[in-house]
Amino acid sequence: MYPSRFDYHRAASIEEAVQLLGSVEGAKLVSGGHSLIPAMKLRVAQPTALVDIGRIEGLSGISSDEDGLAIGALTTHAEVAASAAVKSACPGLAEAAAAIGDIQVRNRGTIGGSLAHNDPGADYPGAMLAFGAEITAVGSNGERTIAASDLFVDMFTTCLDETEVITGVRIPAARGTAYLKHRHPASSYAVVGVAARVATEGGDVSECAVGVNGVTGCAVLAGPVSESLCGRPANQDRIRTAAGRVGESLDGAVGDLYASAEFRVHLAEVHARRALAAAASRAG
Amino acid sequence: MNHRVCLKVNGEARDVEVEPRLLLCHLLRDELGLTGANIGCDTSQCGSCTVLMDGKAVKSCTLLAVQADGCDVTTIEGLAGENGLHPIQQAFWDNHGLQCGFCTPGMILTAVEILDRNPCASDAEVRHGLEGNLCRCTGYENIVKSIVAAGARESA
Repeated sequence: MYPSRFDYHRAASIEEAVQLLGSVEGAKLVSGGHSLIPAMKLRVAQPTALVDIGRIEGLSGISSDEDGLAIGALTTHAEVAASAAVKSACPGLAEAAAAIGDIQVRNRGTIGGSLAHNDPGADYPGAMLAFGAEITAVGSNGERTIAASDLFVDMFTTCLDETEVITGVRIPAARGTAYLKHRHPASSYAVVGVAARVATEGGDVSECAVGVNGVTGCAVLAGPVSESLCGRPANQDRIRTAAGRVGESLDGAVGDLYASAEFRVHLAEVHARRALAAAASRAG
Repeated sequence: MNHRVCLKVNGEARDVEVEPRLLLCHLLRDELGLTGANIGCDTSQCGSCTVLMDGKAVKSCTLLAVQADGCDVTTIEGLAGENGLHPIQQAFWDNHGLQCGFCTPGMILTAVEILDRNPCASDAEVRHGLEGNLCRCTGYENIVKSIVAAGARESA
């Protein structure tokens, strides 16, 4: 299979990429291309031009300070998964990255690409919601910072406008984080993925967030789960009760031949329980 | 419009003019005559088309040739050295690590990265590392055995 014809532009800078997106009709961005190229081969996507941002300098890499992590948009999943800084500042993010696809996919796929694509089966969106990520994007109207909860709008849809390019992601440091997934055995996409963040103060849960991807068309925050756990110690019974409320946030759960909607909601509950337990134990 | 792509394949500099939509696997197979990278599923799942690009395992059916510009690509044809088979190739030979052989180039090149990361990779780590490579003969037992054996020999 090969894609339909397109023109190819390699952008040397973000400014050039933004300018090309604004001036070349039907142009799409590519970096790792591990969502776009398969879609183009199936001709589900037929962009008239690709703007390759994969070689732009300064867009890749991970830095950390006491507040958290700054990850360049072109950073591959393999780099995030292997990063000592990520494992230490936000272990759940390293787990989410390591759960994506396979070695070959992680070597090419990038965090910016995954977020901009917003695939319902992707692993990063739930993690970004739970871990309180902020996404930086540059477009023809300049730069802006977008909360993860504003970025993801619907299946394959974000709030980015046509000329905006994600340049990086900031994630607050949080030891009490975990990501767990039930992977589709053939595609490796998340049938269900649950990201949990727990912070404690004096033995009680002071903050809690749970993000779920794979179940609904777009990743969601499971608010009732967090409310149920906050303000008290996170023991096994309370985690079980809290996780039992995940279904309240999963209206419109999708089903397919592999996993019915009902089964996905059940898996979400089991994974929420395990992810919360792991996050709470890391939070100390 | 065609684009000029300069890359190194198995240590040899190559300079080609390609259509943007040409996939790396087709460049290797159809233009350069290197048919070791097999096209199996053609949907980024089976890993038969795996090659090393700048030392990393990648699926050449999911890369545009233009994206490989300036890169160093190694296919199965370039793995053996002057002194004979690469240790992983030898281990596949010794441990009957292949049946029909279709998935073998991809398995071996992915194994190069698995053992690069950890020469002492356990059975479980090798199995996890091979998530992106399918063997339709289901010969995984001996494939894993071959890779673990190659790692043990390299780190001995």
